[in-house]
Amino acid sequence: MTSESLKTKVAVLENLDVVRAMIRRHKRSDIIFAAVGLLALMLGLLTLLTLFLDLVMDGYPRFNLTFFSEFPSRRAANAGLLSAWVGSVLVMIVTFLTAVPMGVAAGLYLEEYAPKNWFSDLIEINVSNLAGVPSIIYGLLALGLFIYGLGLGESILTAGLTLGLLTLPVVIVSTREAIRGIPVAIREAAYAVGATKWQVVKDHVVKYSQGGILTGVIIGMSRAIGETAPIITIGALTFIAFLPPSPISEVAPFINFEWLGSGFTVLPIQMFNWLSRPDHAFATNAAATGAIIIVVTLMMNGTAIYLRYKIRKNIKW
Amino acid sequence: MINATTALKAESRDLNFFYSNGNQALKSVSMPLYENNITALIGPSGCGKSTFLRCFNRMHDLYPGNKYEGQIVMHPDNTNILEAGVDPIEVRMRISMVFQKPNPFPKSIFENVAYGLRVRGEKNKRTVADKVEEALKGAALWNEVKDRQQDLAFNLSGGQQQRLCIARALATDPEIMLFDEPTSALDPIATANIEELMSELKNKLTILVVTHNMQQAARVSDYTAYMYLGELMEYGDTDTIFTRPTRKETEDYITGKFG
Repeated sequence: MTSESLKTKVAVLENLDVVRAMIRRHKRSDIIFAAVGLLALMLGLLTLLTLFLDLVMDGYPRFNLTFFSEFPSRRAANAGLLSAWVGSVLVMIVTFLTAVPMGVAAGLYLEEYAPKNWFSDLIEINVSNLAGVPSIIYGLLALGLFIYGLGLGESILTAGLTLGLLTLPVVIVSTREAIRGIPVAIREAAYAVGATKWQVVKDHVVKYSQGGILTGVIIGMSRAIGETAPIITIGALTFIAFLPPSPISEVAPFINFEWLGSGFTVLPIQMFNWLSRPDHAFATNAAATGAIIIVVTLMMNGTAIYLRYKIRKNIKW
Repeated sequence: MINATTALKAESRDLNFFYSNGNQALKSVSMPLYENNITALIGPSGCGKSTFLRCFNRMHDLYPGNKYEGQIVMHPDNTNILEAGVDPIEVRMRISMVFQKPNPFPKSIFENVAYGLRVRGEKNKRTVADKVEEALKGAALWNEVKDRQQDLAFNLSGGQQQRLCIARALATDPEIMLFDEPTSALDPIATANIEELMSELKNKLTILVVTHNMQQAARVSDYTAYMYLGELMEYGDTDTIFTRPTRKETEDYITGKFG
């Protein structure tokens, strides 16, 4: 071996060491970033977890069936959530029935039918903006429109419609996003066999965007179920010791709508009411209610994730 | 190679096409389409061959602002399918299309093929099932899928998916079938299958195919049109175009000196 080639060999080896040192250095940055990211994630999660555990521990004495089957009472230990959770369920039914058809129809129209011009751009900006409007503004709007304007009173209907308005932009935005995810090739394939626009919308667009729409609906509803400000604005009662009339009756036509006009309370309002009592025993009730609201929200979001996964599994392009 | 019947099935007359941004993509293209023959469109990227193909089923109508000038006349009824009074949906019911990348619906194999029939309001289950079987046989896919027609279409291989798309286009008995680079996303074996299929299909209908593959054009087509920058440079029977092109540009493109 000549000394010349030996020298290059040594140079290559030394160079290799330099390269290895460099790779080690770069990998260190990798580890540091991963650690910082994990810390950031943990800070958020742990805060929520601590809050949740704190609520659970404070509210622990109330976690039994009677808490769900009793009306509110002046004695904290006997007070229950019955009127609040029934109210929440009924209000959510109205919200669902108004926000979903209107939101999906509006999203479909904007995406599929509306001509693309400055006006549709303006609507687009406004819809996205609506999703960020503080909820108390919706409460004021509802007070003016539903209560004073339409005379619907401080009822379940008013509350459901108000929360429906609040959920509407979320449903519209998620509908549009889901629709935009459908590839042009699939649409063209449908048109190419002679489908009309409505056939394409009904047989393809709606079917394939179901998962995304559903996710948006549930996430919107899980936000609405915890809303307090707009419900207070429209004057929800806070001490309700009765249930609205049952939507299902024993005589034909087996369904009635009297409950829509009934006074009501909902979970966050009940919690707010208990928190503002001077008697400290009620704080236990409030904590228990808070924990329940968090669990309900988590369950709704979990359902959204599960449904999306299940529907997506059957849709590939 | 040329079929005995050389009746005219359709022809474009002085066809100009403008995209919504004002670009003129086709310049006075006049070209015949002979019945039960395969006509191939060749030319470098951006020459307007796909644009031309998509005029035949009014695909451009899906996007606002596109404009046709001139005519595409279908025979024997002499309908100008570009006329404002002619519904693009009616045109698509007569002329079906197979796309560049296989684009089955995220539905079952059966529903993919049946969709054209559903769109036409066919409710009779027996008729639909028969038609689906016929179309799958016509697309040489029946033997591979007959026992799993309810499976989702995306479980098929790429070549099978493309044959499924051909079956979907076939199920509605079209008069003309358009193929937009149907094999560009497929491997050589799947490509050979599709080419063989096209040669069989021409007994039933008329085919217009866009291809980037010179050999493919030479192998499957009866007539070839060479397009460049939106103009029809040369048109003739495939043998002549590939062996004795009259224009220098055509020869350069075919021999790979250009494009």
